[in-house]
Amino acid sequence: MKEAPVIQLQDVYRTYEMGDQVLHALGGVSLEISRNEYVAIVGASGSGKSTMMNIIGCLDRITRGDYLLNGINVGDMSEAELARARNREIGFVFQSFNLLSRASALKNVMQPLVYRGIPRSERKRLASEALARVGLGDRLDSRPNQMSGGQRQRVAIARALIGTPAILLADEPTGNLDSKTSQEIMALIDELHEQGQTIIMVTHEPDIAAHCERVIHLTDGRVESDRRQRTVAA
Amino acid sequence: MFALFESFRSALESIRAHGFRSLLTSLGIIIGVTSVIAVVSIVQGLSYTINAQFAGLGGNSLTIRSYTPFKKQLQGRLAKLRDSDMAAIERRVDGISHITPVLFTQTGSQGAISYRSQTSFSRVIGIGPSYLDVNSVYPQEGRFFTADDDARRRLVCTVGVDVIEELEMPDNSVGEYFRVGNEWCKIVGVMEKRGELLGFSQDNFVLLPYGTAKRIMGASRDLDIQIQLLVDDMNRQDEVKERVRRVLRQEHGLRPGEPDDFKVQTAEQLTESFNTVINMVTAVSAGIVGISLLVGGIGIMNIMLVSVTERTREIGILKALGATRQDILLQFLIEALALTMIGGLVGVAIGYGVGAMVAAMLPGFPAAHVPLWAVMLSFGFCAAVGIIFGIVPAAKAAQLNPIDALRYE
Repeated sequence: MKEAPVIQLQDVYRTYEMGDQVLHALGGVSLEISRNEYVAIVGASGSGKSTMMNIIGCLDRITRGDYLLNGINVGDMSEAELARARNREIGFVFQSFNLLSRASALKNVMQPLVYRGIPRSERKRLASEALARVGLGDRLDSRPNQMSGGQRQRVAIARALIGTPAILLADEPTGNLDSKTSQEIMALIDELHEQGQTIIMVTHEPDIAAHCERVIHLTDGRVESDRRQRTVAA
Repeated sequence: MFALFESFRSALESIRAHGFRSLLTSLGIIIGVTSVIAVVSIVQGLSYTINAQFAGLGGNSLTIRSYTPFKKQLQGRLAKLRDSDMAAIERRVDGISHITPVLFTQTGSQGAISYRSQTSFSRVIGIGPSYLDVNSVYPQEGRFFTADDDARRRLVCTVGVDVIEELEMPDNSVGEYFRVGNEWCKIVGVMEKRGELLGFSQDNFVLLPYGTAKRIMGASRDLDIQIQLLVDDMNRQDEVKERVRRVLRQEHGLRPGEPDDFKVQTAEQLTESFNTVINMVTAVSAGIVGISLLVGGIGIMNIMLVSVTERTREIGILKALGATRQDILLQFLIEALALTMIGGLVGVAIGYGVGAMVAAMLPGFPAAHVPLWAVMLSFGFCAAVGIIFGIVPAAKAAQLNPIDALRYE
């Protein structure tokens, strides 16, 4: 039997009402993403890819349609259940890193586990392991402002992965990095994919999207194309 | 429980990260608590010693003094207690073991005392022989005067130790003569030292036989005396008190409905009326502190609101990482709570220090005493302030939309 998809969107709408105007950020999107897929969501600005990312990441709610995450309908979830889903199923990597500026790398990575009730010593152990895996085993006590962009993004990736989420959700992960560092980060993400991590990446850069096995192209809140491709090694 | 503990830890981290701002924020609370603890510690220290002294006063003594309502004072009609009143009480009230008149000299030349070239002032009091038994005070040297001294109006006296000291009399002064007002008096006894109360010496007095005192003050004048008596059975105190009242009303010819022109007080009432003053001081200072804590609380709310805005992005990140509204609410609430509680702690410490310092610097002042209830009350109040003024910013933080919060610059 085929495994159930991690993400199932069925005729999803997300509309904003601005005065008497109704704006469809997403206008009837249907797609499925399975375990271990490596997907890029691309499109021009205003195409709805950020909205898509927010919805998949359980940060935003859909207006109409169905969103099943691991077979569970997100539309029925309460605020607290959404938070729980973000904590357990999603690992975010943002363009602007979004690290806690006052906390060390270690504390940043430990933070998601606080909401799972894992004791501090265990959190520390898991977080230092995760940081070692992204090559920052020697920067545990550095603060974000003491690190380079690439290092910060590595911390963010370690933080995203510490909870072993179903999906790694990356929003323009290389948008703030120079090309050399971008390559390094993409190499890291490729490696994660090879280890079996499901990855969804929002980007507008074709060479970043080229790393993915599947590219979903959004235009005006609809899926324009959804194709699989041969990947380019970093 | 886990969430509470974690919130507490992150609150402390956040307070430490903004050390100076946190200090300024809780300064209002610190000052408020400092002042209340300082005032309460001094006042309670006082009350503690005074109550201990009153306890030695004899629980079953009654003091009767004249009382003129303010309106009558303006009309110049002063109520008085006279020898005849005391005689009437002695004659008509049962259950009294000892009774004595107490005649305070008026201020002025009558209080002047001198010995050789030394001059000073003292409280000169005329008393009956029962005074010793009523007040449980005894001479440490020499003797007390007798009924005979009183009847013959002899110019003899017993004095407090301070009088000896102030007039620079020789160590064994029994038998020495010195001037009281315009008369020469012979010292027959020196009373036991009683120490200081509120920084005032209680040993600066001259006790004369009642008859002698009247003679010095001019027997012809219509004198106002106090009457002290000792009830022989403690349980009958109220009964005796009521009986005294009735007798005096009759003696003074008061019509029913007219107010008493005298007051009958028990030692207990003295303590009580003192405690009323103490409680009032405490209440007033508590009120002032309440206001300053309120102001402090508003300061905290203000800073917390700023902090929520400033940390909007952080809140967004935490929400993306899986923090629920409850987590965020708890975190900010506990941060406010921790600010006020730390403020309270510092305030209690400084307040106690200030109280102890003031008490130590004022001569004759009893040691500061901080009752547990004041500490508990301060902490309780701080906690309440933290919760009340923390809830609005915390709720604001919890309600933030994660997407907007993440996008916030």
